[in-house]
Amino acid sequence: MSDEYEHKLEAKSDHVSDVSSVGAADIDAIPQAEIPDQELYHSHSWWTTYVFSQDAKYIGIQYALTAIGTGLLGLVLSWIMRIQLAFPGLGWLEPAAYYQFVTMHGMIMVIYLLTALFLGGFGNLLIPLMCGSRDMAFPYVNMLSYWAFVVAVLVLLASFFVPGGPTGAGWTLYPPQAITAGTPGSNMGIVLMLVSLILFVAGFTMGGLNYIITVLQLRARGMTLMRMPLTVWGIFTATVLALLAFPALLVGCLMMTLDSMLGTSFFMPAMISMGEKLSYDGGSPILFQHLFWFFGHPEVYIVALPAFGIVSDLLSVHARKNIFGYRMMVWAIVGIGALSFFVWAHHMYVSGMNPWFGFFFATTTLIIAVPTAIKVYNWIITLWRGNIQLTLPMLFSLAFIVTFLNGGLTGLFLGNVTVDVPLSDTYFVVAHFHMVMGIAPILVVFGAIYHWYPLITGRLLNETLGKIHFWITFVGSYAIYFPMHYQGFVGVPRRYFEIYDSPYIETSTLLLNQFITIAALIVGAAQLIFLYNIIASARLGKKSEKNPWKANSLEWQTPQMPPEHGNWGKETPKVYRWAYDFSVPGAKEDYIPQNVPPSETTGAKVEKT
Amino acid sequence: MTVAIVFLLITVGSVVFHFWSPWWWPEVASNWGGMDDTIILTFWITGFVFVVICLFISYCVWKFGYRKDRRAEYKPEDNKLEKRLTWITTLGVAALLAPGLVVWNNYVTVPENAYKVEVFAYQWGWKYRLPGNDGVLGKTDIKYINDENPFGLILEDPNGKDDRLVDGDELHLLLDRTVKFELRTIDVLHNFYVPQFRGKMDMVPGIITYYWIIPTKTGDFEVLCAEYCGSGHYAMRGRVIVDKEQDYKKWEAKQITFEKMLAQNKKNKNLQLAKNNK
Repeated sequence: MSDEYEHKLEAKSDHVSDVSSVGAADIDAIPQAEIPDQELYHSHSWWTTYVFSQDAKYIGIQYALTAIGTGLLGLVLSWIMRIQLAFPGLGWLEPAAYYQFVTMHGMIMVIYLLTALFLGGFGNLLIPLMCGSRDMAFPYVNMLSYWAFVVAVLVLLASFFVPGGPTGAGWTLYPPQAITAGTPGSNMGIVLMLVSLILFVAGFTMGGLNYIITVLQLRARGMTLMRMPLTVWGIFTATVLALLAFPALLVGCLMMTLDSMLGTSFFMPAMISMGEKLSYDGGSPILFQHLFWFFGHPEVYIVALPAFGIVSDLLSVHARKNIFGYRMMVWAIVGIGALSFFVWAHHMYVSGMNPWFGFFFATTTLIIAVPTAIKVYNWIITLWRGNIQLTLPMLFSLAFIVTFLNGGLTGLFLGNVTVDVPLSDTYFVVAHFHMVMGIAPILVVFGAIYHWYPLITGRLLNETLGKIHFWITFVGSYAIYFPMHYQGFVGVPRRYFEIYDSPYIETSTLLLNQFITIAALIVGAAQLIFLYNIIASARLGKKSEKNPWKANSLEWQTPQMPPEHGNWGKETPKVYRWAYDFSVPGAKEDYIPQNVPPSETTGAKVEKT
Repeated sequence: MTVAIVFLLITVGSVVFHFWSPWWWPEVASNWGGMDDTIILTFWITGFVFVVICLFISYCVWKFGYRKDRRAEYKPEDNKLEKRLTWITTLGVAALLAPGLVVWNNYVTVPENAYKVEVFAYQWGWKYRLPGNDGVLGKTDIKYINDENPFGLILEDPNGKDDRLVDGDELHLLLDRTVKFELRTIDVLHNFYVPQFRGKMDMVPGIITYYWIIPTKTGDFEVLCAEYCGSGHYAMRGRVIVDKEQDYKKWEAKQITFEKMLAQNKKNKNLQLAKNNK
């Protein structure tokens, strides 16, 4: 779709009957640049190039590596928990330690891995390249954003070494128990967690402003909003959500820090803890839950929307077909983003809030299923009559659709307030959210890494190792989480250190737990193959040609690959079309990059929208 | 080809697992069978969507595999199709939501004749309080809680005098009598959950939350705490026993009233004083 081309032809056709006589310069015309080219900071030393880098590409990689490193810790914690659940007889874990690991696993995976990886990692790497700009709008602030993230991670890790250990309050950190005796890490652990989150939000705000302003202000000439790749749309919308949602988390954290350290009573009612009357009075624990989920639900989409965007691009490129219903996809992303601020209390149906809220939030929650379903339809229609290359990014994208579909549909169970009553706080919930916002986005991350690795290193990842990694990860994680839903039906509550067989459990769940744990260990171990592939291929991998997947979006059209500082050499690119002109009838190749002017593709019957 | 088959197997395997799974909910023992029905309805609708979409993916992968000499279809949009899909989805979602909201309406509307029972949670255990013959639970306040008044009843409230206090984790309920659980905690969040009853509600310090059920089966049921409440969360269990009238009356008669307890406390105190004076 290149509207300029069609438009010019129509305008000219009154006067000129022969299309070929229209001057190339004329049909390729693009509005003048409104602002001068961005001035860049040029590093002069090893330190300012690789450590305190101000180049978004490097910052993206730094973010990604830090996030993945932290995520590996989260993975190891999950192994320890799973072994406890499957083999309680080993007795190698105290309940307190179990709850601390549950908490840290959850927080690390949601915030420090997924949020940081999608927005900090992929956002920094892809936004400037895909928009055709030289760098982020504020490179220095961008660097600060990364280092604030590093400090946040360090504070989080420090909590493992303070007296009492890290907080074991569950990743939702609900007061009063988060800061009262009876919960592990209720003194220093929780405070460090809150401080770390506050630092994370501060760091993210610096990065987030950058992503938004870069998308709005620094796009290449001709790159209208409705020509942006869906990856950029996903990351952009997610960033807007994050900037609106994180403040709720921030104030929640600040208020709880005050409750904990200064004895205020924002969230603390009068209570007797362990036989002792505490000095708190009059606070509301549910207030915290509202603040937390006002952040927490958009957070789901902060992780999901970039994944939606990226997977749309991967599917389109590797199926050699335009993404179906591009405009609908954009509006679905924006619509889901907006709606995500009106559904938060579906996490609180049985929290003790006014039960009449249930009607409102069940309705909004099920409404959000409609744009989400449209996205799924459009992904699979993109496959229809495509020319599907079963490359690794495509395999991971297909696996994403299945897992996301599964997790999305179980969301319809939990969102429907009545069904939530028996299922809430059981393993059904654990299975649901791991499927929908754990496995599904991680599969996209893998697909994206296999896809963009050549852009970063100039080399391809090993295909055989990749396939082994894919099949174990996909089938294995499905085997972990699909049966887990049924533990939820049985009524096994989550956050239980030990689930011995109670009278109400008719078929023992221990066997199922052992199966799940073994699958989890195997899937976890398979990630080592991936890590090896990433590290080894940087040196030994097959050299990639330029634009190895024959993609249209701008990141593959840089003069050098991997792109150098400033990305575009002398002149930034001009954009003539959307990123999805694949298999256009009449075109020489089955793809037309965004920066190919209409005069070079005169035979192609591109469609106007 | 292999990929298409594996995706097909995963779809079929999921369905087979669903029907053959030995892990399923324990039989419902309250009036909330409607919740099970809503789940079953949701299963049929979402299961259908899941199978259709997965089969579609398998078919596409099998049918439209890459060939160098072939080109994909070029068709950016299809407004008619997109509109149709949107409407079908909206209808499906409405079909899920409507019955769910009806059941929820029942769940949050407590019948007026419901017998009220206080469930009292603490780290980490359960206690219960039954109204006396007046059918009214006396008012409480956390600041009155002490060794002699473990439930923190307000002494001036006459309704509390005949309340029966169950200082243990075992509660008996009368078969087929509507009961409203008034949920109270003195420390952190808890949740009074009996899997067979299906009902659930968090207990929040500072407020009284509630839900109601009609026990429809006699039996001995396990109570679990379903809201994380600290290191002892997993061990916070209790029992609910649903009795027929005769057994229930027997049990009820054994529970001490608040008045009696106060008198006993006084007696003990006097005894203690007398002992001390000696």
